[in-house]
Amino acid sequence: MLAYTVRRLLMLIPVLFGMTLIVFFMIRAIPGDPAQVILGQQATEEAIKSLTKQLGLDQPWYLQYIDYIKNLFTGDLGTSLRTSSDISGEIWPYLAATLELSLVAMVIAIFIGVNAGIISAWFQNSWFDYTAMVLALIGVSMPVFWLGLMEQWAFSLELGWLPSTGRENVRNPVDAITHLYLIDTLIQGRMDQFVEVVKHLILPGIALGTIPMAIIARMTRSSMLEVMRSDFVRTARAKGTKMFWVVYKHSLKNAFIPVLTVIGLQMGLLLGGAILTETIFGWPGIGRYIYDAINFRDYPVIQSGILIVAVIFVFINLIVDLLYAAIDPRIKYN
Amino acid sequence: MEQPVLKVSGLETHFFTDDGEIPAVDSVDFYVNKGEVLGIVGESGSGKSVTSLSIMQLIQAPGKIVGGEITYKGENLISKSEKEMRKIRGNEIGMIFQEPMTSLNPVFRIGNQLIEGIRIHKKWNKKKAWEHAVSILKLVGLPRAEELMNEYPHQLSGGMRQRVMIAMAMACEPEVLIADEPTTALDVTIQAQILELMKKLNKETNTSIIMITHDLGVVAEICDRIAVMYSGKIVEQGKTQDIFQHPKHPYTIGLIESVPDVRVRKDRLYSIPGNVPKPGSIHKGCHFAPRCNFAFDKCYEENPTLLDAGPAQQARCWLHEDAKKAAVLERVKS
Ligand SMILES: Nc1ncnc2c1ncn2[C@@H]1O[C@H](COP(=O)(O)OP(=O)(O)OP(=O)(O)O)[C@@H](O)[C@H]1O
Ligand code: SF4
Ligand SMILES: [Mg+2]
Repeated sequence: MLAYTVRRLLMLIPVLFGMTLIVFFMIRAIPGDPAQVILGQQATEEAIKSLTKQLGLDQPWYLQYIDYIKNLFTGDLGTSLRTSSDISGEIWPYLAATLELSLVAMVIAIFIGVNAGIISAWFQNSWFDYTAMVLALIGVSMPVFWLGLMEQWAFSLELGWLPSTGRENVRNPVDAITHLYLIDTLIQGRMDQFVEVVKHLILPGIALGTIPMAIIARMTRSSMLEVMRSDFVRTARAKGTKMFWVVYKHSLKNAFIPVLTVIGLQMGLLLGGAILTETIFGWPGIGRYIYDAINFRDYPVIQSGILIVAVIFVFINLIVDLLYAAIDPRIKYN
Repeated sequence: MEQPVLKVSGLETHFFTDDGEIPAVDSVDFYVNKGEVLGIVGESGSGKSVTSLSIMQLIQAPGKIVGGEITYKGENLISKSEKEMRKIRGNEIGMIFQEPMTSLNPVFRIGNQLIEGIRIHKKWNKKKAWEHAVSILKLVGLPRAEELMNEYPHQLSGGMRQRVMIAMAMACEPEVLIADEPTTALDVTIQAQILELMKKLNKETNTSIIMITHDLGVVAEICDRIAVMYSGKIVEQGKTQDIFQHPKHPYTIGLIESVPDVRVRKDRLYSIPGNVPKPGSIHKGCHFAPRCNFAFDKCYEENPTLLDAGPAQQARCWLHEDAKKAAVLERVKS
C-alpha cells in the first residue's frame, strides 16, 4: 500500500506541471494586451508600461513561466490587482467556505445515497425500492439553480425556517480560526453560532448534494444487485452469516468499487457546480472569488484560482485511486 | 438399518418465471446415512444444484420450494425460520460449490473468510478461531497455512482455492457436506487430489457427503450409493456397484455407455442423442421417452413411478413393471 501510494504521488508530479502550463498559457491566450484590457481605453502609455512590467509581461514567456513556477514553489500565488494583497494570503477563507459546503454536501450525499442504494437492492421491488428510485430519478433530473431557488422560496421566504444566503449570522459573526466554521465554532464552544452555521449550510448543501446523492443511490443499487448474485455471496450465506453482514460486509465492499468512481466524479463536478450554487446562495467561496476576479479582469487571481481548483480536482482523483487499492487487493498487484 | 442423517422426500422446487412455472426439482426423494457418500449424477440442467440449494434453504426468487420435506436429524428444514437455518448452515450442513475461482470473496483475506463461520457457530474469540482455521487448512493439505491466512483469493491457484472452500465447509465439523461439482472446474490431476482429500475427510471425520456431479468417474471413485437425476427427478438409485454393473434405467445405461473406457477402445464416443428437456416442457409420460430406445406405448401416456428393480435398487421406468420387459435391458448391456 505504501509503495503504491508513493508511486501514485510520483505520477502526480508531471500532471501538476502540465496543469501549471495549461493555466499559464490559458491566461496569456486571452486576446489583447492584458495591461491595456485591465486599465481600459483611456489609460496612459506610462500606466500600461508600468503595469506590463509589474505583471512581468515584458519578459519572454519562458522566463515568465520559470518565474511563475519559482513563485509557486515558495507558496507565492501572485498579487491581486483588485485588492493589491497576496493571493495566497487572501484565498484561504474562500477556499475553506467552498470546502466546508462541498464536504458537507458530499458526506450527506454519500451517506444517504449509499444506504438508500443498499436497502433498495437488498429489498428489491419493495415499496422502499420503488420510492427511493423514483426520488432518485427526480433528483438526477433536477437543475441545481431551480432547486436552489425553490428551496429559498419555500424554506426562507414562505416558511422562514432557514436563512437563504451567506454562511453565518452577520449580527453574530464567527471568529475565524481555520475558516471552516463548523470546526471554529466547536473549538470555541459557541453552540449558538454552530447552530447558525449548520442552518446556513442546509439549503445550499441540499442544492449541491441532491444530484450526487441520486446518482450515488442508483449506482450503489445496480452494483449491489449485481454483486449479490455472485457466488461468494452464496458462499457467505452457506456459512450461516447473517443477511445484514452478507449485505454490508461481503457485498458492499465489492459493490463499492464502481460507486467510488461515481463519488470521485461527482466530487469534481460539485466543485465545478459550486460557482452556480455560491452565486444563488451568496456563499463566499472560491467560485465567488473567481467570478469576481473575472469581472474585475484580475488575471493573477483568475490564474491562481483555477490552478487551485484544478489541484483539488487532481487530489480527489488521487484519493479515489488510493481507496480503490485499499478496497480491492487485486489492484496493487497488477 | 441405519438412520439416515438427511432425508429428502417429495421435494418440489419450482421457478416462477415469465414463461410460466418451471418444476426444476420435481418430487425428489433420497437419503444419506451417517458416514456415507451419496452421489447425485445427472446432465447439466437436471436440477442438481437446485436440489442442493433447496436443502440449505438458499433458493432465491423466482424459485420457491413448493412441496416435500427435508428431514435432518428428525426435523423438517423446510419449516424452519431463517434464524434457525442460519444455525444449521455451515454448522450442521456445509456446502462447497462448483466454481472455486468465484466462490471466495475477492476483497477479504482467506483468514477473515475462514474464521467468520467458526466465530459465528462456535462463538470462539478471534485467536482461538484463527488457530482452528490454521489447523483446518493443514488438514486439507495446504502448505504454508499460516501465510495463506493473510493472503487474498487471487493469490491462490484454483486447486488451492477449492481446498480453502473445503476447509471452510469443514471448519465446524458438519454432519453433512454437500459438494456441488467440486472438481468440475479443475484440471484432471487436481481433480484427483481433491477427490482423494474428500475421501480422506469422509473416512477420518465420518462426515456424510452428498457428491453432486455429472462425471461418473467421480462417482465410481468415492460414492457408496448413487442417485441418478434426470429432468428434475431421480430416475434411478442404488449401490454404486449395482448401478455400474446392472444399470436399470435406460438413461443410466446411456450415461455409463458414454463414459470413455480405456479398456474397450471405441472408435467413437457414445453419447445419448438429444438434450435434457427443459423442465416444464413435458406434461405427459416419461420425460426420457423422446430419447429412449426402449420407449413403448405406456411411456407416452403416464409418468413412471420409482419401481423396484433389484434388491436395493429402484428405477423410474415402466420396463420394471414386467420382468420380461426388464430383461431387454440386460441383453443390450452384454
Ligand atoms: N434462477 C432460475 N430461474 C429460472 N429457472 C431456473 C433458475 N435456476 C435454475 N432454473 C431451472 O432449473 C433447472 C435446473 O438447474 P440446476 O442449476 O439445478 O441444474 P444442474 O443439474 O445443477 O446443472 P449443472 O450441471 O449445469 O450445474 C434449469 O434447467 C433451469 O430450467
Ligand atoms: S419409462 Fe419408457 S421411455 Fe421412460 S425410460 Fe423407461 S422405457 Fe424409456
Ligand atoms: Mg449445478
